[in-house]
Amino acid sequence: MSDVRNVIIIGSGPTGYTAAVYAARADLKPLVFEGAVTAGGALMNTTEVENFPGWPDGIMGPDLMDNMRKQAERFGAELIPDDVVAVDLTGDVKTVTDGAGTVHQAHAVILATGSAYRKLNLPNEDALSGRGVSWCATCDGFFFRDQDIAVVGGGDSAIEEATFLSRFARSVTVIHRRDELRASKAMQHRAFADEKISFAWNSEVAEIVGDGKLAGVKLRDTATGELRDLAVTGLFIAVGHDPRTELLQGQIELDDEGYIKVDAPTTHTNLTGVFAAGDVVDHTYRQAITAAGTGCAAALDAERYLASLADGTGA
Amino acid sequence: MAGATVTVTDKTFDTDVLMSDKAVLVDFWAEWCGPCRQIAPALEQIADENGETLTVAKLNIDQNPEITTRYGVLSIPTLHVFKGGEIVKTIVGAKPKAALLRELAEYV
Repeated sequence: MSDVRNVIIIGSGPTGYTAAVYAARADLKPLVFEGAVTAGGALMNTTEVENFPGWPDGIMGPDLMDNMRKQAERFGAELIPDDVVAVDLTGDVKTVTDGAGTVHQAHAVILATGSAYRKLNLPNEDALSGRGVSWCATCDGFFFRDQDIAVVGGGDSAIEEATFLSRFARSVTVIHRRDELRASKAMQHRAFADEKISFAWNSEVAEIVGDGKLAGVKLRDTATGELRDLAVTGLFIAVGHDPRTELLQGQIELDDEGYIKVDAPTTHTNLTGVFAAGDVVDHTYRQAITAAGTGCAAALDAERYLASLADGTGA
Repeated sequence: MAGATVTVTDKTFDTDVLMSDKAVLVDFWAEWCGPCRQIAPALEQIADENGETLTVAKLNIDQNPEITTRYGVLSIPTLHVFKGGEIVKTIVGAKPKAALLRELAEYV
């Protein structure tokens, strides 16, 4: 068992790294668990980020994360590229167990675990993953040059992927359950103006078809229930995310969808000394800049909490 | 990149991978692939710790389209393990080091 630290930050991405920059500059010497393969978070799967203020010409998602990481490191944050496998957040001293089984202790914990891709939960989805079914357009779009492919979903991620994929593909069909998109207007305009992109409205994927390699999907009309076939060699799934809160079940107050509840506009959870920020809290905005903003707030909240412990006034 | 992994190409693949006496894990990757960057440190460690039984090779798919097409890679990172010239194991997508080691248990 090691010494009790000031603060441990669980998760990287814009939230965790921004919290780390602020906590490190406050001389709190934060320990950051970046995740074994998730370091950098969701932005690692994106291409150009055009809406992060301060980058007038845009910046690549992975580069933005590398920069934030370096900034945190420069001020003395200790970054560990490993997963957390268990936590106990209920006591005055919190414990965090890493992938190697080492137990770390801290007075405060910032939860910035973000969210994970949601699956369609259809037979064949896993079997054909890497054989035509993909969750990462920027990784795999390259392989579908001049082919007919489909994207499932209607939000920002789905439309961003469709627009990105149309650079390579012969055609991109966006499969969406409703008759309008949730994506931002700017992205919608770009998609509607793209000749290669067409829309299968009021449609959901009923079946993923293929033996060893994706051959197509069966679509179900959400109004009539009618089935039809769509032949595609690539299927990109972007139907949303679920908060990563499995580790926290039973310890901390979550809402019905599994997001951590905070005392907005602060980042205080129902547990003293535990703060939460970013996509693991946010149903609504889910942007790199809002994630970074709440990561900053969490570090400031943690700093105040630690100061109150030090001067004996309590939280 | 220096380290315990080796680089293979369209030209060297048959000699370095298919004719190798040891099992060879080939990481199909690209510069622009975020998850490939995320998995790279774990692969370096696995290469470093298991050098006697396993070679870890990196194949850049942009520069080596022939081998990439030959093995039907449609998603990166894809890790193919070759033994005696045949694929004996395939892992698709980034996974934590512990999960990789579990899948590679026979070869490390």
